[in-house]
Amino acid sequence: MIFFLEVLIGGLLAGVMYTMVALGFVLIYKASGVFNFAQGSMVLFAALTLVTLLEHGLPLLLAFGAALLVMLVLAVAIERAVLRQLVNAPPMALFLATLGLAFVLEGLAQLVYGTQVHGLEIGISDAPIRGLPLEVSKLDLFAGAVAAALVTVLGVLFQKTRSGVGLRAVADDPIAALAVGLDLPRLWAIAWAGAGVVALVAGLLWGARVGVQFSLSLVVLKALPVLIIGGFSSIGGVIAGGLLVGASEKLAEVYVGPLVGGGIESWFPYVLAVGFLLVRPTGLLGERLMERV
Amino acid sequence: MTERAALLEIEDVSLAFDGVRALDHVTFRVDRGEVCAIIGPNGAGKSSMVNVISGLYKPASGRVRFQGRELRRARELSGLGIARTFQNLALFRGMTVLENVELGRDFRGRASFFEQAFRLGRAAREERRSREEADQILALLGIAAHRDDIVGRLPYGLQKRVELARALAPRPKLLLLDEPMAGMTFDEKRDMCRFIVEAHETLGTTLVLIEHDLAVVMDLSDHVIVLDRGRKLADGPPDAVRRDPEVIRAYVGSFAD
Amino acid sequence: MSSDVTAWASSDADEAASARNATGQGQAVRKDDPPTREGLPRQPALARRSLALRIASVVAALAAAVGLLTVPLLVTDYVLSAILVPVLALALAGIGQNLITGYAGQLSVGSAAFMSVGAFATYDVHLHVPGIPLIASFAAGGLVAALVGLIFGLPSLRIRGFYLVVSTLAAQFFVVWLFTKVPWFSNYSASGVITAPKLVVANVDLSSPGGHYWLSLLVVAPLTVLARNLVRGRVGRGWMAVRDMETAAAVVGVRTGRAKLLAFAVGSFYCGIAGALWAFAYLGTVEPHGLDLDRSFQVLFIVILGGLGSIAGPFVGAAFVILLPVAFDQIGSAIAGGSVDPGVLQNIEKILFGSLVIFILVKQPAGMVRIVENAWIRVARWRARPA
Repeated sequence: MIFFLEVLIGGLLAGVMYTMVALGFVLIYKASGVFNFAQGSMVLFAALTLVTLLEHGLPLLLAFGAALLVMLVLAVAIERAVLRQLVNAPPMALFLATLGLAFVLEGLAQLVYGTQVHGLEIGISDAPIRGLPLEVSKLDLFAGAVAAALVTVLGVLFQKTRSGVGLRAVADDPIAALAVGLDLPRLWAIAWAGAGVVALVAGLLWGARVGVQFSLSLVVLKALPVLIIGGFSSIGGVIAGGLLVGASEKLAEVYVGPLVGGGIESWFPYVLAVGFLLVRPTGLLGERLMERV
Repeated sequence: MTERAALLEIEDVSLAFDGVRALDHVTFRVDRGEVCAIIGPNGAGKSSMVNVISGLYKPASGRVRFQGRELRRARELSGLGIARTFQNLALFRGMTVLENVELGRDFRGRASFFEQAFRLGRAAREERRSREEADQILALLGIAAHRDDIVGRLPYGLQKRVELARALAPRPKLLLLDEPMAGMTFDEKRDMCRFIVEAHETLGTTLVLIEHDLAVVMDLSDHVIVLDRGRKLADGPPDAVRRDPEVIRAYVGSFAD
Repeated sequence: MSSDVTAWASSDADEAASARNATGQGQAVRKDDPPTREGLPRQPALARRSLALRIASVVAALAAAVGLLTVPLLVTDYVLSAILVPVLALALAGIGQNLITGYAGQLSVGSAAFMSVGAFATYDVHLHVPGIPLIASFAAGGLVAALVGLIFGLPSLRIRGFYLVVSTLAAQFFVVWLFTKVPWFSNYSASGVITAPKLVVANVDLSSPGGHYWLSLLVVAPLTVLARNLVRGRVGRGWMAVRDMETAAAVVGVRTGRAKLLAFAVGSFYCGIAGALWAFAYLGTVEPHGLDLDRSFQVLFIVILGGLGSIAGPFVGAAFVILLPVAFDQIGSAIAGGSVDPGVLQNIEKILFGSLVIFILVKQPAGMVRIVENAWIRVARWRARPA
């Protein structure tokens, strides 16, 4: 029983990570209606920037701030150079463009920062806390807290601030938003900047756990099942999705994995997502779509 | 006067969207060979009616019968000989005019997948016939010159004609036209009228059309149905409907709102 | 969300605006595109061409065939092995991908998975069925790939639009995992590597670079013709109708479910055969990770660059994708006066391809094929101008 709980907790913690990455996706989806495939590369880029600055001797806070600035500039540049050109494009074209973007960012990141794995020390240990029956480290708790904080902040921003409300309007109906006089480019820039920030935080936490390496951008693909299962439109859904994916993936790996040689984690969440789509096309907490002919 | 067989029967159809009554116990029939117009102020439920007839919306109650048989889903339409156009144009914008029109008849194709892949006998013949028939319709509607143009790039008026051509391609028994003349100039409307009349007379197609231009309606139709706020207000020949005080009130009323 | 990139590329208008614009006169036309073929001499349909012209085109086709066949006599082994064969294989995969995504509008990132299935299935069939001709093994490999594609395409019956990508994404990861974990597929070799069987067709040994090229040509050319026939007929029209507006397609009588599944099956068949070619005619050996998500993206890029919804497009795209790194290597060595770090080159290529994809999507979504076609039309217009 303890073992089951351990695996479950481990899965939930991984789920926290997925949730954070997925938040970045949700921000951009809510604002531009596009699944930003380049989110993973943004996480990688952010993490690499941070790590490199740290390795050059900058104190953590300063490095974080500088990396934040870089991400903001990058995000706005992306919005201006790519997204704005594709304003009227169908979703598929936008998605394919973010695919191209992902490649550009990956190539750039590795060109500028090199391909070796970097360890990331942020002063919080990843060793299991002594005395607890389950394997939970300070880093895990910290990550959980940060994720919770991030989610709360975003939730508040979306509901209370003018920009947040504006973003929701844009996600709902860009043309109506324009008609009401909302500054679309500015809102998009805000959304992308936000995604950049989230990418940095996710990169920081993830890098602290497993080191900053190239596979980060692939792992981030798992955010797609998270969003499909949780629904693209609500933050609560993202959390639910993230936890579900993390937990189920770990559980499947541990309990079913040995029967088939292990490694199920690589595809299980996607198959789960397909199953969800067949049964509940809009996710656990997503909205239902109506098509008017 | 001989009794003409009813082609289309709408029996007590009701439809609601999230509480808004789009159609309220509507009943009428359309006889074979007639031109029936559905008119009414905005929001009367005209498009909803056509969407129900074409199986795109499922009515909350009531049924639609075509040639006596109940009509349920959109994909039954072509096999039964029913075709339609859409208010907002439902063209295949990435394809050429010719391809769009050919699609109207494609459901009749019998050649198998392999025959088509290898362009063998039956497939080649069907393709040729398909092209010839499509070319005929294009000529009839005066758009032969745009045969190989991508539909998405054509001006609106031409696109409307392409959609009509696609609907006519299979020589349907019943043609549903949802505002076929919306957004057209006077000349375009005149041409469209002519095409519709020609189609009716040459092919013997029964027409049901939604139209706002009352002059067109009075001119073209044998039978007019007036809807207002989902309910049927009037049902009869154009002259009678035109003089119906309820109808006048509905239209004037809608202006006053 | 009804239009696909190709439809949008051709229409170039804000769909929402045109739908609401009841009095609109015209569609916004992309400024580089000639709006219609108006004013240009019309190409007569094949049946109406004069006999002389028909004979001329047959002769031209034969000449082209002969030319293609004699290529090995004209170029080096390197060009054959490192350029022509992979281009042919990737182009075939691109055709398969294009049928699914470009024509039928179903988003798929599983082309490498289907290629992998084709390669492994061909290998296993050839290994376990004594005396089976190579071409039959290839066909069997393709059929198995078609079946797998069909299975992972089933969700398309319920799921529309972008979300569908998760199904082929699952396929991609699953296939890599399966062939790595289950040793039977690779005949119990270490890490799932399979090697090419002896390439002999009709008692002719095709092991040389020239032979590899002929095998590829023998496979790719007829399949290309078949694909072309399909897309120009009812099947292709049905696919494009589903892509452009599925609801209207159903109204017009297209069996939309059947069309989608057919696209997945045929498209995966092509990818499967391409995978077998890639593994056996090009690489010689292949491991499951060699046909991973990156490869799927590469095929997707080929299709985008060449032109979504075109049969010729993948050839252009594949040529680009294969030749660019080669060109880069040469340029790099020339500039750096020696060989450049392959990692650096790879990253520069990534940046370049990514940028190209974005550029094409922004400027000319119908791909390079359309760019060439427009240039052609412009030349024709210029020559047809009144004196």
